[in-house]
Amino acid sequence: MSQYILIQSKSAWASGGVADFYAMAHQLAAAGHEVTLFLVQNGVLSARAGARDLHLSEIAGPRLRVLADDFSLRERAIDAERLAPGIAAAAIGVVVDLLAAGARSIWN
Amino acid sequence: MAKITLGIMDPPYESANTTTAFRLIDCALRKGHEVFVFCYEGATALGYSGQKKHANAVHGSSLEEEDHPNPKEWIAALFRLAGQRGVKLTWCNCGLCVDERGVENQVEGACRGSPVSAWNNFEDASGALLIGTN
Amino acid sequence: MAKYLCIVRSAYRATIEEQDDPALWFTHAMGSAGADVSVLLRGDAVSYATKGQDARGLQFGDCAVKGPDIPRDIRSMLDAKIAVYVTREDLSTRGIDEARLAIGIRAMNESAIGELVGGFDRILAF
Repeated sequence: MSQYILIQSKSAWASGGVADFYAMAHQLAAAGHEVTLFLVQNGVLSARAGARDLHLSEIAGPRLRVLADDFSLRERAIDAERLAPGIAAAAIGVVVDLLAAGARSIWN
Repeated sequence: MAKITLGIMDPPYESANTTTAFRLIDCALRKGHEVFVFCYEGATALGYSGQKKHANAVHGSSLEEEDHPNPKEWIAALFRLAGQRGVKLTWCNCGLCVDERGVENQVEGACRGSPVSAWNNFEDASGALLIGTN
Repeated sequence: MAKYLCIVRSAYRATIEEQDDPALWFTHAMGSAGADVSVLLRGDAVSYATKGQDARGLQFGDCAVKGPDIPRDIRSMLDAKIAVYVTREDLSTRGIDEARLAIGIRAMNESAIGELVGGFDRILAF
């Protein structure tokens, strides 16, 4: 099995392809791969506690870690201590570390 | 340490993707990794040496006060960082993309390549990321 | 040598100016150089797999605009043994009948995307 870093940069409400991207992340995790979904830029808008992104809330699980870029959160005044369930704030270094470790990457 | 290859496509001043790409490159260099950047399409304008700063009447700021970013300076700063850390940074532009945009005058250190250059550097990298454009 | 899957999601972006789709062109260039590449057309980009696309006839002032020939480019990629996939769901959402696809395009179900992706070493998502 492989490690994946999937980087989600688009707003879930402004872009039709985000649900498909979440679905792909879920399929990879269900197949046994270790998946990190890293929300960045407007992708972090879904991370705010109370945001209604039903697709995202359905997919986080033991093999699918969901992280939100700390800078993007701060840029959008989203409290990193009050994120939606299953999402944690993280530094962009996580992406670099995974790339350096050979994780397969996909950007959306 | 590892080698990370990044492909980018967005022209300057048009997308948040550019900022994220620079953050990734900076972070990777600081961690001691080699970084190969392949600029495709509009991203070839990031290093264009003809970029200029400007004042901002809406902000009420002079040229100096506004200190408007020019990505060519960010690239130069990344080369300095790489030098300080003793790691290699390659800033490679797709040559045909440069030609059609007329941006052949580039920041010092930028080089010219093709999708084959990108492929070769995807092949021997630990991690490869392409940031596509909208 | 790594196996590459190029995912193309945007369609008809700058294709008139470039006389091709830059993502497909890049992929074809890699393939021509010997890389093992396949293409997954997603979202609106599934339109690239259809027969009959015609971008001819534009003129700006006295300047005739040649435009792209996407069906030709897709044909060339298929002839070069570059596999091109589309999903049935993306087709049906857009009212595209599989009979309208260029010969050689591989239609698949969205539920198999993860399995497809898992078979490649590098994913380039344009």
